[in-house]
Amino acid sequence: MKRTHATVGVTLAGLLALTLAACGSDDATGTGSTPGSGSSQTSSSLSGTLNGGGSSAQEKAQQAWVAGFQTANPDTTVNYSTTDSGAGRKGLLDGSLDFAGTDSALTEEELASATDRCYGGAAIDLPVYISPIAVAFNIEGVTELKLSADVVAKIFAGKITAWDDPAITEANPDAKLSGAITVVHRSDDSGTSKNFQDYLSKAAADVWTYEVSNTWPVSVGQGANGTSGVVQTIQSAPGTIGYADASAVGSLGKVSLGVGSDFVAPTADAAAKTVDVSPRDDSRAEGDIVIEVDRTTTEAGAYPAILVSYLAVCDTYDSQEKADLVKAYATYVAGDGQAQAATAAGSAPISDALRTDVLAAIDAISTK
Amino acid sequence: MASPTTVTTPPAAAPARVAGPRRARTKPTDRGLDRAFRYLAVGSGVLILAVLAAVAIFLVLEGLPALRDEHLADKVQWIPEGGTLWSLIGPLVFGTVLAALVSLVIAVPIAVGIALFISHYAPRRLASALGYLVDLLAAIPSVVFGLWGVLVLAPKLQPVWQFLADYLGWIPLFAGDAHGNASNPPRVLMTTAVVLAVMILPIITAVSREVFLQVPRLHEEAALALGATRWELVRMAVLPFGRSGVISAAMLGLGRALGETMAVLMILSPGLLYSFQLLVASQQQTIAANIAAKFNDADDIGRSTLIATGLALFVITMLVNMAARWIVARRKDFSGAN
Repeated sequence: MKRTHATVGVTLAGLLALTLAACGSDDATGTGSTPGSGSSQTSSSLSGTLNGGGSSAQEKAQQAWVAGFQTANPDTTVNYSTTDSGAGRKGLLDGSLDFAGTDSALTEEELASATDRCYGGAAIDLPVYISPIAVAFNIEGVTELKLSADVVAKIFAGKITAWDDPAITEANPDAKLSGAITVVHRSDDSGTSKNFQDYLSKAAADVWTYEVSNTWPVSVGQGANGTSGVVQTIQSAPGTIGYADASAVGSLGKVSLGVGSDFVAPTADAAAKTVDVSPRDDSRAEGDIVIEVDRTTTEAGAYPAILVSYLAVCDTYDSQEKADLVKAYATYVAGDGQAQAATAAGSAPISDALRTDVLAAIDAISTK
Repeated sequence: MASPTTVTTPPAAAPARVAGPRRARTKPTDRGLDRAFRYLAVGSGVLILAVLAAVAIFLVLEGLPALRDEHLADKVQWIPEGGTLWSLIGPLVFGTVLAALVSLVIAVPIAVGIALFISHYAPRRLASALGYLVDLLAAIPSVVFGLWGVLVLAPKLQPVWQFLADYLGWIPLFAGDAHGNASNPPRVLMTTAVVLAVMILPIITAVSREVFLQVPRLHEEAALALGATRWELVRMAVLPFGRSGVISAAMLGLGRALGETMAVLMILSPGLLYSFQLLVASQQQTIAANIAAKFNDADDIGRSTLIATGLALFVITMLVNMAARWIVARRKDFSGAN
């Protein structure tokens, strides 16, 4: 017995050391990426600390942005703590964070409560992270399937349960399809689930009648934890189909979704195109840019199952130093950082037109 | 004269018994290290109680908003529509206990076998090496077990589960899905239970082994003298003596299985049903894995709900431990230890 305890104790100590070492190495990997010409608009005389946090969807992109920004401005420190979108917005509003990453824009109540925290100004949303959500599947010898939104919704709702269903084979005459369908969805709550449901509920309104939320509403098939869990589950057995961030699905087959009379594959360009053809939320104040993603677009080459994530900041800060820092970071994120995020996280860079508007909103950030 | 003697003898003995520890306390050495160590020991004892109380208070306080809220189902997305907190906690408790029990059913016979082999069958050198290896198994972090389970073990188990579903499907536990198939990929409770069984094996083995080694030599020799074979020796002398020890070992294992998070989170496809189907995915979920899966993205009331489920787990674990104590205490009289 004594030895057992000693072994456990030593192991615990060892584990602790490993954990600490692992924590330490996180930062090291981030600094590996090279900065662009990020210093063009930002003077390298910047110094100070910025604290941000929120969306886990943005995690990889934020890591790339932080690394790139700090390399261009060596005297600055930017922290991004990955929690979730809600915690990020809350942190921005209670003043514990200088900026937030969030998968859904600030709500009206949140905007109303932001006046005090933003020193009489307002909080604004800046769309800086666009990522296509791929519908990935595992069928031997098949790398692409053409499926309309209706068919995808029926599969995920459990109304189509076999791969050789006529609804699937008609659009894909060349693919060899057989066997039962195993649907794979997220078992944890996530913005990816919410955006994918939003797509289904709008593009296939007749089939997908569930309430849209971060929680996956149907228990058909299997649930898996996190994007990696979903991808791993799809990989581990044939006949599976699931949804995940397009950058994470690797060599799995991807569904081209029906858009208009055509089928569009989940690429960064196609995702950016959807954002371009989507209207902005008119009810928002100037500078608060919120995209109402047009899930039913018929625009050629636009991929409607996307996730748009925002950088939420105040337009007024109490010190020049803070305002300059936020401005510089946001400018970097919307500018050179877009290419960094595309490499690191597989996201779609925002279009020039959108960037112009975002940069104008960032320019308006000032002190009280 | 008779009465004085009877009166004087007990006091003579009693002071000696009481004075023993008292005198020891007033010894000069008690002032230094001795006293410091006594305080340390008492302090440790008090600390563990304080920590336990703090955890209980934290769970109750943080869970209270969810326990009190009458319209919880409207605010917390993952509670079934029109349900209450109990329609979440109920299936979770069911899933947690089911997973732990199945893993226990798998692990206990194997653990007792290993322990008997080490204590009574193996050559001494092999025994100590094997004991060390089993202890080592306890040192592997659960996330590694989870990875191993989901990447290596699960694909290999699928044909086995399919076989069970095909031929033993008439037993409700092994019933397949609507088409009579075991789920593929097999992210089912049975796979989870197998991995949990491997994880609780070391603690059950270690405790059982120690208990079996405690069997009085005289008992064993008496059995052998009566002409008992090795198996009869084990059955008549070792197992009765070790029964309460094995039970408490199993309860320790059960405690670990109940609270295991990472491996379950990685392997099990969750569902909120009162289902005994061990080979079909998305039927059950455990409390700990559910908390880990949902906590990050939950809002305030959601977190409170999850902590309330944590309180349920706390209560179950406490009940299990109390039951274990009770069983051990009850069995002590029959164990042959006295």
